Amino acid sequence: MINFRYARADNVADALRLANADPTAKFVAGGTNLIDLMKMDVERPTKIIDINRLPLNQIERTPRGGLRIGALVRNTDLAYHPLVEQLYPVLASAIMAGASQQLRNMASAGGNLLQRTRCAYFYDSVTPCNKREPGSGCSAVYGHNRMHAILGASDACIAVHPSDMCVALAILEAKIHVSGASADRVIDFTDFHRLPGNSPQRDTNLNPGEMITAVELPPRGFSKRYTYLKIRDRASYAFALVSVAAGLELDGTVIADGRFALGGVAHKPWRDPQAEAALRGRPANAETFARAAGILLRDAKAYEGNRFKIDLARRCVVRALTQAAHGTPQVQSSKNIM
Amino acid sequence: MSSNLVDAEASPDLVQLTLTINGARHTLKLDPRTTLLDLLREHLDLTGTKKGCDQGQCGACTVLIEGRRINSCLAFAVMYDGAEIVTIEGLARDGTLHPLQQAFIDHDAFQCGYCTPGQICSAVGLLAEGRARIAEEIRELMSGNICRCGAYTNIVAAIEQVMVQS
Repeated sequence: MINFRYARADNVADALRLANADPTAKFVAGGTNLIDLMKMDVERPTKIIDINRLPLNQIERTPRGGLRIGALVRNTDLAYHPLVEQLYPVLASAIMAGASQQLRNMASAGGNLLQRTRCAYFYDSVTPCNKREPGSGCSAVYGHNRMHAILGASDACIAVHPSDMCVALAILEAKIHVSGASADRVIDFTDFHRLPGNSPQRDTNLNPGEMITAVELPPRGFSKRYTYLKIRDRASYAFALVSVAAGLELDGTVIADGRFALGGVAHKPWRDPQAEAALRGRPANAETFARAAGILLRDAKAYEGNRFKIDLARRCVVRALTQAAHGTPQVQSSKNIM
Repeated sequence: MSSNLVDAEASPDLVQLTLTINGARHTLKLDPRTTLLDLLREHLDLTGTKKGCDQGQCGACTVLIEGRRINSCLAFAVMYDGAEIVTIEGLARDGTLHPLQQAFIDHDAFQCGYCTPGQICSAVGLLAEGRARIAEEIRELMSGNICRCGAYTNIVAAIEQVMVQS
C-alpha cells in the first residue's frame, strides 16, 4: 500500500473542499472494498478523506411517500430497518444475500453503489486490465471468465458489477442524490452505473470530487410480491453467478405491472423495458415469464467459461417471477430454492 | 472550516487517536495505513485476534466495535478514533469465561483453534443482534467466519447452547 495522507471531515462542505483540492484523494466510508484494493495496490490514493462523521446516517420518510436513505447508513442497519423490511423487503433481502454480517456492519449504502468489480484480473496488478490500466487490454476475454458478463460487455471489458443491493435498487428505481463542489444533483439509478464501452475505468457517472449523499426510494416497493434469488458457487458469502430481483403487481391472475433485474451478468444491474412490457396484461404463469426472460436475454453473448450463465439466467428469471407471483420470496437463510 | 476538522497534512506521517480496547484507554500515534488488526497484534500485543486472509474473506480478525462485529483487517485504526473495541481477550470476566467461550469448550467447537477467536467474537455479535432463532439462521449469519478444520457442526451447537440460555 502506498503512503497516503489522512483527513477527516465532519460536514459535507469540508469533505468536498478536501476532495477538490486533491484529484487523487478518495473518500472512505466503510472501507470494505477500498482498503482491500489499496492493499492490492489497485487503488492508490494519495489522500484518504474519512467521511464517517458526516451526518448522513438517517433513514427518513420523504414527503412523496418514499424513503430517503443517508449514504452512510450501514448495510445491516438498512436491511433491518422496520420501514425497509415492511415497505421494501426486496431491498432488505438483497442486502442480506450479499457479503457477511461483519462486512454488512461496516459497509455503507453509498459505498455499496461504488463497489468495484471482483474480476480476478482487475485485482491482479501484474496482468493487463483496461479497468485498472486503460489501454493495457482485457485478460478475461480469453482467460478465466466463468464469473463474467453475458450482457452489455465490450471487447475492452467483460467485468460484472458485484452488488446485490444494487439489483434491488434497480427495480425500485432509486434516485441517487449527489453533492459536488459546484452543485447538487439527482441521478436516476439506471443512469448511475455505466456499461464498459471503451472506458471501463469509469464504473459510474459520478464526476470527480462528487459524493453520494443519499439514496431515495420512490413509494412503489412491491412489498407483497417480490423476491431476490441469488445463485452462487457456495450457499452463502459468495458473489452471484446470476441473481434476480423481481417485483410484481397482479390484478387477479393477470400482471398489472412488473419489474425484474439481473445481477452478476453485466457491468451494471440489467433491466430491459421491453422485457417488462412483455409481462403487462399477461397471465402470471411460466409461459409469460419465459417469454419475458427470452426478451431480456435476446442479446446475451457468452465466453468460453460462462456459457452456462445464459440458460441459468433464463431459468432464474422464470423461478424468481414465479416466487414473486406466488408471494413466496426466497428466504436468504434457506438453502432450498423454492 | 469546522473546528473538528482533522487534516494530517501538517504531519503527513502519524495521526493521533484514542481507542478504548477491552476497557483500557490507549492514546496512540499511528501511520494511517495501520489496520485495526495490525494495531492490536503488532502494537498492543493483543495477539488473540488472528490474521487469516487479511482481505475480509475469512473472519479470523473479527472484533466488536461499539458491540458490533466487524473485520478488523479492513479497518484503518484512525477511522475508529474514540471507539470502544472488544477483542477475544476482553470477553472473560474476573477469570470466568464468557458463556460462548465455555460453550465452545463444551462442544469441542474447534480443532486447530486459529479461527476460534473470530468465531467467538462473531457469535457475541450474532447474539447481540438477536436475529438468529434457528440453526439455519445461525449458519447463514456466521458465514463470514471460515473454519478450515470444519468444526461447523459443533460451532453451531455451541452457539445454540448459549442462545437457549440467554
